[in-house]
Amino acid sequence: MNRRDFLKTSLGSAAMAATAGVAEARPNLEPAPQAIGMLFDSTLCVGCKACVTACKTVNGNKPTIVGEDLQWDSARDLAPETFNVIKVYTDGNQLTKDSEVDGFAFEKRSCMHCVDPGCVSVCPVTALVKDPVTGIVTYDVDACIGCRTCMTGCPYNVPQFDYDNPFGALHKCEMCNQKGLERINNGMMTGCAEACPTGATLFGSREALLDEAKKRMALKPGEVYNYPRGDVRDPSSYHEKAVPEYRQHIWGEKEAGGTNVMHISSIPFDKLGMPPLGERSFVSISESVQHTLYSYMALPAVVLGGLTWLVKRNTDGDDEGGEQ
Amino acid sequence: MADTEFDFSALEKRLNVSRRTFLKFCTGVAASLGLGTEAAYAMAEAVADKKKRPPVIWLHGQECTGPTEALLRSEQPSLEHLILDLISLDYHQTLDAGAGHHVEELKRHAMQENKGKYLLVVEGAIPLAQDGIFCKIGGQTMVDATREAAENAAAIVAYGSCASWGGVQAASPNPTGAVGAPQFLKDKTVVTIPGCPPNPANFIGTVLFFVTYGKLPPIDGKGRPKWAYGRLIHENCYRRPHFDAGRFATEFGDEGHQKGWCLYKLGCKGPETYNNCPSLEFNNVGGGVWPIGVGHPCFGCSEEGTGFNKALFSLSDVKTHTPPNAFPTIDSREDASSATVTTAALAGAAVGAALGASAVAGSKLGKKESEQE
Amino acid sequence: MSEHYEPLQRRVVTVPFVLLGLVALVGLYYLGVRFVNGMGAVTNLNGGFPWGIWVVYDIVVGTALACGGYALAVTVYIFNKGKYHPLMRAALLASLLGYGLGGLGAIIDMGRWWQFYNLFLPWQMNFNSVMLEVGLCVSAYIIVLMIEFSPTVMEKFKAEALQARLNKVLFLVIALGVLLPTMHQSSLGTMLIAMGWKVHPLWQTLHLQPLLAVLTAFTMGFAIVVWEASLSSIGFRRTPETHLLSGLGKIIVGLISVYLLIRFGEIIYRGKLSLAFAGDLGSLMFVIETALFVYPLVVLLSPKGRENGRSLLWAAVSMLLAGSLYRFNAFLITMDPGQGYSYFPSFPEIMVTLGLVAIEIMVFLFVVKTFPVLPRDHQPAADAKSAA
Repeated sequence: MNRRDFLKTSLGSAAMAATAGVAEARPNLEPAPQAIGMLFDSTLCVGCKACVTACKTVNGNKPTIVGEDLQWDSARDLAPETFNVIKVYTDGNQLTKDSEVDGFAFEKRSCMHCVDPGCVSVCPVTALVKDPVTGIVTYDVDACIGCRTCMTGCPYNVPQFDYDNPFGALHKCEMCNQKGLERINNGMMTGCAEACPTGATLFGSREALLDEAKKRMALKPGEVYNYPRGDVRDPSSYHEKAVPEYRQHIWGEKEAGGTNVMHISSIPFDKLGMPPLGERSFVSISESVQHTLYSYMALPAVVLGGLTWLVKRNTDGDDEGGEQ
Repeated sequence: MADTEFDFSALEKRLNVSRRTFLKFCTGVAASLGLGTEAAYAMAEAVADKKKRPPVIWLHGQECTGPTEALLRSEQPSLEHLILDLISLDYHQTLDAGAGHHVEELKRHAMQENKGKYLLVVEGAIPLAQDGIFCKIGGQTMVDATREAAENAAAIVAYGSCASWGGVQAASPNPTGAVGAPQFLKDKTVVTIPGCPPNPANFIGTVLFFVTYGKLPPIDGKGRPKWAYGRLIHENCYRRPHFDAGRFATEFGDEGHQKGWCLYKLGCKGPETYNNCPSLEFNNVGGGVWPIGVGHPCFGCSEEGTGFNKALFSLSDVKTHTPPNAFPTIDSREDASSATVTTAALAGAAVGAALGASAVAGSKLGKKESEQE
Repeated sequence: MSEHYEPLQRRVVTVPFVLLGLVALVGLYYLGVRFVNGMGAVTNLNGGFPWGIWVVYDIVVGTALACGGYALAVTVYIFNKGKYHPLMRAALLASLLGYGLGGLGAIIDMGRWWQFYNLFLPWQMNFNSVMLEVGLCVSAYIIVLMIEFSPTVMEKFKAEALQARLNKVLFLVIALGVLLPTMHQSSLGTMLIAMGWKVHPLWQTLHLQPLLAVLTAFTMGFAIVVWEASLSSIGFRRTPETHLLSGLGKIIVGLISVYLLIRFGEIIYRGKLSLAFAGDLGSLMFVIETALFVYPLVVLLSPKGRENGRSLLWAAVSMLLAGSLYRFNAFLITMDPGQGYSYFPSFPEIMVTLGLVAIEIMVFLFVVKTFPVLPRDHQPAADAKSAA
């Protein structure tokens, strides 16, 4: 059994077994009532990187320059100045798009805006918050102490700390809705979804996007489908395309409690770099443990009481230690 | 081969071009084919040698005669002369001075005389429905004419999209059952020079190669010479950097369009069309005059299943042979670090120092205890 | 009580002291670079490994190595084994220094250190966060350790009235000094749960993480007391305290047995045993780590092993390495945040950590030589006068 399989299969049962008799476990969080999200359809992505450029423009991020020779944005992965990047999966002779064997496929990397976000759960100072209405995971630079626990708690390695700046901060996609930008609040869509020429990055409510994704799953490969672009609830335009052979898997529907940014593709998601996640979020387990131990500080208080009594008894008549 | 060894005077007279212009042309064609100067001289010699000029039978099927017209209006110096003189054009329905049964008789005679030596050029689609009655010349259907001419041809070239894969008349619903020459002559090798109209340079280059080396240049699965159709328009397009940077024209006349950004969103078929338009431009007209050059999305005229088949402004599939290196792979990361000799040694030394101190202490401790006992 | 302890009346500035000072200077230089040019200038941290040795050694392992005070406090005050009292002050000092280093490590590793106070603002606190609990507990425990250690200082400056007042409430502080490490040492384990799939399955024990973390910390606490006492007796040429330490060896045996039982129980129960023999880095580290846990168990099981100062010391060293490796493995070595990520500390990064350790040792040496920390030597070794 390899590590990935192990984690996938045993996570749920293992979690259950160990909680027995402790306390009621905290379940996964539920999606926000008006959760905003995006749907990335890898089969529609043509690798134009319009979303990467749009993201940098909208968020005012500088291009990632590699060495002195490449004077254009060549971000390799998420970085403090890169909230969104298109990566490629390749295999063999790389001839066929969206083919697992001898093919290639594009994959978007950006904040998934988890329904049960790890970063939000682990942040000690509430610098990361899941918006109660839109479900967008936002960042408060004035609260952040730079401990980077969020980076360890994120299953997707999304938050990026600016190590090269002595007064650096954390950087991640906030769905173009951070203070000063607030595109969502102003009725606009995310920069990447707006720029996408094929509708590979589709904007909308999580609910509508999930419906759209399920609709695509049900389509027969080869038949022509009118793919929407822009906002799935009110598409700016459509384009016709033959339906590819989708994997019957909507990443983000259930993974670790689900995500607001969902992915569909023709390639298995582990090949596209998605982590081995079960349905239960890890932070729901850690919070269960933590709240079992520290519920209203009752247990520590009782323990402290007992300890105090013991120490008092053992130090009485002898200032510093027990009986010799 | 040194040019002094070769006498161009006869050629200069025959073609009415200067030796310099002629050699320039041959070098240009050779370069397009990816060949060197030596090949250019070989080509020049082949053209100059009257005996090597192959007889050509040129058939017209369902088409607009665009390929021939394009050939005649080529801008390169005296191209029409070269075309007419580098081959022995024995039969060509558009250009023949004569007409009627006399010409048909000449065609049969030429084919008989040059059995197995002549070059067959097919221009236009071949309608198969209802026994091919939709296209007849001199009482003979295109089906029969093509079959007859192909029988003893040394090589067959399908010139233009109609001849290559059916062209506009093969588009749905295709009432005449039009097909291209390769689909009709399934048991023969047919070189295709698709395009609507095709670039004459691609034709000349291919024919020159045939004349020079007596064989056809390397072709792909669809019969297209690789030297001309080996790459997507998208791969060589000078608007490509805009595509890579995500700068698109979204409407005709908008800011992006005015600034010369990528036309992909307007339905450009460059990403799925194999042709050398970006380097040779349309019809050798020059001056940036080809669809993408003048701000119109590529129509995909030379690509089977694209031109006349896909809506003009519909989005194309990006067929990139190998995804460009500029894409990071899934496991590509910023700032991954690994141990260096120094750091590994230092880490080892730190652990070693702690262990060493313990070891010294341990041995001393043992000694001391044994002393005490 | 003052007759129990006395300062070592020795020269403070010795050759080892100077050498440590040099290491500390190099570390401080790079620390300066870190604050001027940012962490990227000195560390190898990246998006997948946001925590390097500054967190994993200075805080996660360092505080566990500083659990001597905690372990002894439990033994002396909770289980009422007063005979170990002579070891108390040195253990408390080492704990204070270890935790101080941890706190300092946390600040230097904090990307936005000037905003650290947000951790203590109730309206900023996130009570779901394990990190918050660790941060608050460690801060509180450093204060507790200071108070616990303060009688030594008061004794030195003869502040007897103050000391008498403190003694009246010291029991409460001592109780806190037992509770707080239990809380945050277990939380260091809980932190691994949230890291989820990135933690190697052999170390991802989910609900058992806090228990295993506190068990190893506790065991390491006893081991470090043995180690320090042994090294002190050699370094300062004092009578070995083997008779006291062998008792601690017994406790270590019990703790390791419980630990191994839970650890292997979990692995077998969840069917992960095959991973231990997978032949990869994870399995190799697991085998080494287990061997380091088993060695002290075997050695200390026999009374002969426990009563021999040398074997006791080696068992303690093995235990310290085992516990440290357990944490290093879980947090760093076998951690896999995804394809393409790798981390190994940079030269400056290691030097900063070594510098901090050097400072810790220097302060320890200084304090034991000027403050009444070590128990009075009843049987002075023959060569005590000429010792360093």
